[in-house]
Amino acid sequence: MNRYSRHIILSEIGPEGQAKISKAKVLVIGAGGLGCPVLQYLTAAGVGHIGVIDFDIVELSNLQRQVLFGTASLGKNKAKAAKERLQDLNNDISITAYPEALNYQNAISLFNQYNIIVDGSDNFETRYLVNDACIITNRPLVFGAIYKFEGQVSVFNYRNGPSYRCLFPNPPQKDAVPNCSEIGVLGVLPGIIGSMQANEVLKLILNLGDVLSGKLLCYNALSNQISTLKIKKNETDVRQVLNSKDSFEQQELSFNCEQNEVVSIHDILQKTDIQIIDVREPNELPKISELSVISMPLSVLKNEFQSLKNNEEKYFFCQSGIRSKKAVHFLKEKGITNCYSIKEGAADIKNYLEQHYKEKSNAR
Amino acid sequence: MLITIKYFGQIAEVTAKQEEQIEIEETSISKLLELLYSKYDGLKSKDFQIAQNQELVSLEGEITGAEIAILPPFAGG
Repeated sequence: MNRYSRHIILSEIGPEGQAKISKAKVLVIGAGGLGCPVLQYLTAAGVGHIGVIDFDIVELSNLQRQVLFGTASLGKNKAKAAKERLQDLNNDISITAYPEALNYQNAISLFNQYNIIVDGSDNFETRYLVNDACIITNRPLVFGAIYKFEGQVSVFNYRNGPSYRCLFPNPPQKDAVPNCSEIGVLGVLPGIIGSMQANEVLKLILNLGDVLSGKLLCYNALSNQISTLKIKKNETDVRQVLNSKDSFEQQELSFNCEQNEVVSIHDILQKTDIQIIDVREPNELPKISELSVISMPLSVLKNEFQSLKNNEEKYFFCQSGIRSKKAVHFLKEKGITNCYSIKEGAADIKNYLEQHYKEKSNAR
Repeated sequence: MLITIKYFGQIAEVTAKQEEQIEIEETSISKLLELLYSKYDGLKSKDFQIAQNQELVSLEGEITGAEIAILPPFAGG
């Protein structure tokens, strides 16, 4: 029995349609709430080549909605953990995991390797980066975004149609719009919105039905209301992006701009009266037993940061240096400025400390 | 004229309702917004776009339709 027989017996798809699906190359940005259902359905449908990019790791609080992952994935990179699960779902397709952050330097060359881009990211900076890179590489963008109980879906930059900038020309002020990790989200909502994105991807591949191009679908999970709003293309906004093409790769995400708040473990060993804070979840390994470390996962930092000593410098670390940066940004917004992110992850810190103390005892 | 205004996401939180009907004489979108800003504290600081009869319109336009939607961007994923 053919794996895709239920597709093939549909007269609208047939063997020709399934062949198109197997030739398609789709890149999914983010393996989170939206990325998980998108990846799951595209893999099951037999999309021939799927790329997934995500720098983040699986945390316990993700499992409420990020249905590709289980407890065995905790602490693993999301792109790699997703690939592992998806390859079991369908071993006939090829999947590339990119365990890194999307940025202005890697976006264009990455997008050029795929036909369709799916945005499942969780912040405006990345969303505008994805939109602009899609304009520059002329790739259709299957957009999805969620807020508490509501979702938005659209297909941008498709056959000369409008882009995300034609809807919202510029990103809102930083932190004006919170994301799921800050304010919560109904677990099933990204399942619904992500499935709608997967549906649009298959329609694009198969050239089937009415693609959500030039339209924004707004879904409310509580009222079950769906509103579809028409969007017009704004040629000026699109041209502006195209004109910035040559300087695109010189741009930096603001996450990368604040280098002075990032330090290395070897810079702080001589310091006294400091606090070293582990913002990983309690089950993440390795533990750092060589130093006195306060455990305060990022998920509880918001409520417990006041228990940190105000007058002492605070050095944060995590598994890769990303959550520790988030912790520093959060505290800076709260007006607490003596905070630094240790750029090394826990494994590298532990190696360094072991080496350091070994040399010290040898010297004695 | 009687118009229906629909609120989405964070905007619906500011107005504490998903939808309302109001009777207005003003005919421009900017005047309607002024009215809503005075009615709802915190609305002015929000980012949003306006749709009129299910079509995104510029904030400078006139009110011609019976249904206005106020739509904020979402970041979550």
